[in-house]
Parts: sequence; structure tokens; C-alpha cells
Amino acid sequence: MAFIPHTDADIREMLAAIGVADIASLFDEIPRQLRNDALTQVPPPESEMAVLRLMRERAERDGSFLNFIGAGAYEHHIPAAVWQIATRGEFYSAYTPYQAEASQGTLQTLYEYQTMMASLTGLAISNASLYDGASALAEAVLMAVRLHKGARRVLLPQSLHPRWRSVVKTMVHNQGIELVAVDFDQQTGQTALAGLPADTDGFAALVIPQPNFFGVLEPVDELTDWAHERGMLVIAAPNPTALAVLRPPGQWGRDGADIAAGEGQPLGIPLAGGGPYLGFMTCRAGHVRQMPGRIVGRTLDAAGQPGYTLTLQAREQHIRRSKATSNICTNQGLAATAAAIHMALLGPEGLAQVARSSHANALRLREAFAGIAGVSLPFSGSIFHEFVIQVQTPVAPMLQALQAEGILGGYSLVDDYKAPRQSLLVCATETKTAADIERYAETLTRIVDRGVRPVTSAIKPT
Amino acid sequence: MLIFEQSRAGRRSAAQAPAGGHGVAAIPARDLRLTPPLLPQVSELDAVRHYTRLSQRNFSIDTHFYPLGSCTMKYNPRGANAAAMLPQFLSRHPAAPDNTGQGFLACLFELQEMLKDITGMAAVSLAPMAGAQGEFAGIAMIRAYHDARRDAARTEILVPDAAHGTNPASAIMCGYRVREVATDDDGNVDVAALAAAVGPQTAGLMLTNPSTLGVFERHIVDIERIVHGAGGLLYYDGANLNAILGKAKPGDMGFDAIHINLHKTFSTPHGGGGPGAGPVGVSERLRQYLPLPVVAQDNAEYRLLAEQDCPLSIGRLAAHLGNAGVLLRAYAYARMLGDTGMRRVADFAALNANYLMAELRKAGFELAYPQRRASHEFIVTLQRLKERTGVTAMDFAKRLLDKGFHAPTTYFPLLVPECLLIEPTETESKQTLDAFVAAMKTILDEARATPELVKSAPHELPLRRLDEVRAARQLDLAWQPAGAADQIR
Repeated sequence: MAFIPHTDADIREMLAAIGVADIASLFDEIPRQLRNDALTQVPPPESEMAVLRLMRERAERDGSFLNFIGAGAYEHHIPAAVWQIATRGEFYSAYTPYQAEASQGTLQTLYEYQTMMASLTGLAISNASLYDGASALAEAVLMAVRLHKGARRVLLPQSLHPRWRSVVKTMVHNQGIELVAVDFDQQTGQTALAGLPADTDGFAALVIPQPNFFGVLEPVDELTDWAHERGMLVIAAPNPTALAVLRPPGQWGRDGADIAAGEGQPLGIPLAGGGPYLGFMTCRAGHVRQMPGRIVGRTLDAAGQPGYTLTLQAREQHIRRSKATSNICTNQGLAATAAAIHMALLGPEGLAQVARSSHANALRLREAFAGIAGVSLPFSGSIFHEFVIQVQTPVAPMLQALQAEGILGGYSLVDDYKAPRQSLLVCATETKTAADIERYAETLTRIVDRGVRPVTSAIKPT
Repeated sequence: MLIFEQSRAGRRSAAQAPAGGHGVAAIPARDLRLTPPLLPQVSELDAVRHYTRLSQRNFSIDTHFYPLGSCTMKYNPRGANAAAMLPQFLSRHPAAPDNTGQGFLACLFELQEMLKDITGMAAVSLAPMAGAQGEFAGIAMIRAYHDARRDAARTEILVPDAAHGTNPASAIMCGYRVREVATDDDGNVDVAALAAAVGPQTAGLMLTNPSTLGVFERHIVDIERIVHGAGGLLYYDGANLNAILGKAKPGDMGFDAIHINLHKTFSTPHGGGGPGAGPVGVSERLRQYLPLPVVAQDNAEYRLLAEQDCPLSIGRLAAHLGNAGVLLRAYAYARMLGDTGMRRVADFAALNANYLMAELRKAGFELAYPQRRASHEFIVTLQRLKERTGVTAMDFAKRLLDKGFHAPTTYFPLLVPECLLIEPTETESKQTLDAFVAAMKTILDEARATPELVKSAPHELPLRRLDEVRAARQLDLAWQPAGAADQIR
């Protein structure tokens, strides 16, 4: 019996101690008509060896590709130590640290994570994680509306990740919060200052991605000051790798952003098909009581020794129930633990080096594309490690042709944006070598030259 | 010592810095960061040693028994972790085309099908990233259902007073009001109170079954009739599904929406507070509202359904695919258990809980519901002990840490004073349970003879009891070097 340790003798003794004849008697309070032990879709048990073999075969069949997709999930090198330590049983199989004295390892690691995230974003306070970037942004929108009191409209730029916009909508619309789009400038790819509404009555906050979904740096100072002058809060949605070299949200404009929320996946979390990732959130000191999610604080023990504990729990659902700041309970503790270890291993210079190297590779790739006939760059704004290209032929068959050569060429913008037409979001991080970039450019040149016929051959993993 | 206090200017893990890219010439100067972030400057060995040592300051399932009620802290099989960390799964980009991930999607699809069968629901979405997000999705679907029928009068969600705090909080996030329903003396929902509470304003009822009081809800058939009869829908909080796995199905009980905590029943790790996963299942009438994505199988090919396939979906809860790596672990676990193993989970969870309940009662502990069977958990109340000795449930819990056992859940459910909610799970042996009973009995004796010893616990851990009041009053939520205060807003 997988993972059940009982011997026949144990079972006999335990039933005798309870005073029942058999295990079935323990279920006698379930109404008879509701008892149902049919399981037709669950196969018979398999050994660990058989299950690992099955899953290894499936994984190997999926193969791996030379990947140039970013679009909110970024391929970075993760030091071997990060997950070797994070999957130590003491971190991996620990519960939420409600019993602080038995959880100092997790609690101190999360306190260090909070310190790192607060400093990276230039704000005073970090929570101990939310689910992912998109849902963290949704929580930030709800938080801003609570802080603003009264106003229930929030400005969401079109240059924000389309999936993030969709998640925010799912999570806030039942509370009567209205999301209003802001257009982007078709020349620069930045949020258009001219697209901001003239009448700002009833607006609680403006969301500012940095860089935005197109990889373009936003005019964060002008946007921040514009919002603050109109009594709105500013919610920053920054890429944390970029913050190693970019001015942090706490220093945007005259007063800095009020809240930062985003995706912590680039900080040591594998792509893993989409999750688990790491939603982060930081804010000004004065806003901490409206912050959702767990927060770790430093305190003293009965003997005056410093230690760590969950704090401000009166914000949370297990204490406040229907009056809580959020329904969140389980968060992404292990991912936050991994992120802390990752940032400690890289340090300020290592993380900046990752950012600079990614930036340089993206520029190199962009330069390599510049020479390909039929490939253009629709946006003039400065980029970080991702950019949009436009092609003259349909994107979908071009991506299929690249895939047939073992390359995932980027994220098609065709479904999400009407303009620029036939465009593609491409990313290069520090993981790409000069040879990788050359291979992509050379393959794309060949495909464009032959006129991109749809390819039907089998996928060729590298 | 904090990692920051070990930092030395100029020290680094050079092996972790990529080559190339020495400048950021293409980024305008005004966008550049002027002062580096406060990340530690340490060697790779410093960091490895620091976090390895920190890990040793934790209790965990791998090191300690965790009789934590409502949390199902069973063994997290290492094989499931190995399966989820296969290199091709880890390197898969979430936006990679479905045809590059057929093996990955096959695992998720099969998990979806198994969860449908186990719960007796018509359809399942794996999207929610935790139980609370599953609750949000479930209540949002209930709301979408009423909205589609233009039944705008339904503005209230009913929640038993013993419910998890996430239940009322989730209902509020979906724009509902919350009304509590009382519990009767046997730990069941007070059916008369429920019948009086329902009406044209009732959108639904959220119910945990077996309940958080550790007993099976015996009036479930009446409850279903009353709520559905009033036009409301039924939501099943799957926190305690482990107790009925392979014995009974929420679908048969008439539930319209449910969530399953994979980090409980399907043994994925808690990771010091997450990540979890909270797939949702629905009855036929809510199928079209499921959150996206859903894995579909067309002509032996797997694909992720999106907005164009499911126009009535409540939408997305995550940018990508939810906590996919957690789902893979749950899949590996489910395949190792198989159908026969799945049925034995509830058998042995119930055997362990009822045995522990019987033994603790013999040892002199007072049960909250002595007249009832334990489900997979049960409640001990220390109210009388507190009156006699001043020792509280919190003190008792802290003293258990000294004895090498994680504490049970304390002060939840709120209904039972000075309660310990105890859930041993099926993966613990009789010998571990006996050792736990012995420790409980020792502490009971200590509480009577030397109450101060228990009240001032823990004594044997690296730290004494932490001052939570001080933590909340003198907030220290991030370390700061001397003189750095003005750098951070």
C-alpha cells in the first residue's frame, strides 16, 4: 500500500482500541445512499519506477527548443544550489509558519526575501508573496481601491500583458471596479500621455508596467506625476531583473509609486510550463495595513533573542474572515524561498550582470534582424530584453517553420493586438550565446527568403 | 545572523555571473538605477551554508510528525518531486505551442479526468493556484450562473459558523454578502436555522464535508434539498476530501462547485506556505463557466482551451497555466496510489484519527464531540484544563514542540474554546501515534503539577516563545543598514 505503513497487527490492535470490528464501521455516519467507491478513471497503482518512466518518456517526447519567447515568463540561468536547497525536506515539506518557534528557517528566509524585494523596488514594505504576477496585480488594484476610498475606476494601459489585464478583470469586476484602457503610442510603443483621460473623476489608480509588454521602457516619471497630480495612486508592475539596472518604482516621478506588484519568476523560478511562479508585492510604509498576504516581522523571544514571526495577521482571512484584505491563504512560500537564495547567490552585481547581458543579447538579436528583408521594428522606444518585430507575411506559419528547425521564435501578437499587424514579441536573455542568436537570424532569413510556406513536417527537438 | 550581516563589499559568487554585456548604453540615463539594491554580497559557499543552516531551524514532515488539523500534512513522496522536475518539464515555456507539450498536457489531462471521477463532478479546471483561488472561482461561477438567468436578487452566500475564514472572504471578493449559519450540538449544520436563512436572496451555501469540526455532515441530504429548493447552489470546500477519498463523492451529494486542495489530499508539498493548487470541479449546469485554461483532448491531441472555445468562462486566474508543477506532482502521486491506493487513503486516515481520538480520551483528554466518529480529524478541548491550571491550548501547543511534535491546529474552529484540531493522516504509523499520545499525556501531567513549565514553553528549541504583540506594534518588516532609511520610501 503506497505510503501507508500499517501492518496487519497494527490494524487489529487499533480497531480493538477504537472498539469497532472493521475499518468500514468508521464510515457508518455517511448515509448509505451516498457511499460510492467506484473509480473508473483511476488506473491501478504503479511503482515509483513505472511512474517515473512514464513521465520521463512523455517529457523526452516533448523535447526542448532554442527558446526566444518571453512575454511575461523569462528563461534565466538558475544556480544549481537554488533548488537543491529549496527542495531540502526542511523547506519543501514544512507547513505555513504559524508556529513561529518551529519555523525560524522559513520565517527568516522570508524576512530576507522581503528585505530584498523592498530594496529592489525601492519601497519600504514587501509581503511574503502572492500567487503570480497577474493575480498580484489584481490584488494591487483591489488594494488601491481600498486605499483611495470612494473611487472605483482604475486605468490599465493596453501596453500591459493582455493575460494580466484579463486576470485583473476576472478578479475585480464582481466588486464593481471599472477598468479603463489607456492606448499606446504606435510610434514608440509606450503608453501615450495623450491617451490619458481628461476627466479623471472617480479614478483610484494608474497601473504602469516597466518595461511594458512590448519590452519598451515607459515614461514612468511623467506617468507617475500625472497620476499623483490627480489624486490617484500609482501601481508599478516592474520586471524584477530589470530593476537591477533600472530606477526602482519607489523613485519614479517626484514621489515614487505607491505599490509595486509583479512576476517574481525571473528570480530563480523555472519556466515549468507556467508555474508555480511568484507574485510579489511591495508598498509604502503607510499602506501596510491594506496589503494582502502574509507578512513576516522581526521581534524578540521571551529571553530577548531576535526571531521572526508572521505579523499583522488581523488583515488576513483566518482572523478577519469577511473583513479581510483578501481571501488569500496559501501563497508561494517555496518560490519566495528560492528567490531569496537566488538573489543571495547573484548579489547586486550578479543580478545587474544578468540584466546587462540580457539587454546586450536583445540588442544583438535586434541588430541581426535589422538586416533581414521584410522584417521591421515597429516601435522606437528603448527596450530592456524584449522587443516587437513586424513581418510582411503571416506570423503563424513563420513560427511553425522556425519550430520545425528547433526554434521557438517568439510570442505572436496577432490575437491580442490589431496593430501593429503581423507582429511578434521576441526575447533574448543572458542564456543565449552569439551562436544561438546567429542561428535564429540565419534561420529566419532562410524562411523569409523562401516565402514562408506552411510547414507540416514533424517537430524536431534539439 | 541575517545574510545581509554577512555581506562584504566586493564579495560575490563569480560563477553565477554571465559573461558579456558590460554596459546598458541603449537605456537612457534617466531610467538607470543610481544606487544598487540591498542584496547581500557573499560567496556561493556563504549563501549555501546560510540557507542550509536556516533550513535546519524548521520543523517539517520529513523531520517531524505534524498532526495539524485541516491541513492534511501527509508524506510528500520524493518520487513525485523527481517527476515534476524532469528537465523538459522545467524548461517548457508556458507560451510554447501545445504541439510541443503533448506529454506534459497528457499528464494534466489525465489528472483532470481522475479528479472528475474521484469527486463525481461533470467537469474540472486545473487553473486555480490555491484552495482560496478555487473558492473564488467556484463562487464566481455561481454568480455567473445567477447573472445569466438575470436573477439579480441573489446577493447572499451562506456559510456555517465553523467554516474556514477563506469561505466568507472569497464570497466577499465575488461581491456577495455573507450570512452565517449556526451549528447544532452534534457538530452538524443546524437545519432549522438553515431553512430559516434561505430565500430568494440566497445565491448559495459553502460547506466543508466532513466539516471543520471533524465530523461527517449527517444532514447533507436535507441541506441539499433546502438550498436547491430555495434556488441556491451548493459549494463544496474540499479541504477535508482526504477523509472520504474513494468512499463518497461530492457530486453524489448534490454539490454544484467544489475545489480540491492538491497540497492536502494529493500530497503536494506545503513548501512553508505554498505553492498549492486548487482545481475546481462543477456540475453540468456550471460547466460553461469554468476558469481557463482547461485541457481538452481532440482526436488524440491535447490542447488548452481558451476564450474563443469557452466564451462564457469566468476568465483567467493566472497569466499562464496555474501551478503546473504542483499539478504534475499530484499526477505522479495519483498514479502511484492508483484506484486501490486511493480508497485506502480514507480508510487509514480514519483509522489513525479514530485510534488517536480513543487513545487520547483514555489518557484523560476531553473531546469536543465524544458522541461522534472522527472523520480524518477530531477536536480536543482544553477549556477545563485552562480553568483549573491556566494552561491554554497555545501553551500546550508550544510544549508539544519541545517534545519533538509539531502542534495541532489551535483556536480553529472558533466555535470550540481552547481547541486542538488533530489530524494524523494515513501516512503515520501506530508507533508514531503512540509516541504522540505519550507526549500529550506527559504534558497533561506537567500542566497539573507544574503549570508554569507549560505556560513558558518552548524550552528546548533555539528560541523561546516569540513576542507576537511586539512584532505587530513595533513593525520591523525589512532589514536596513544604519543610515539607509532615507533611500527607501
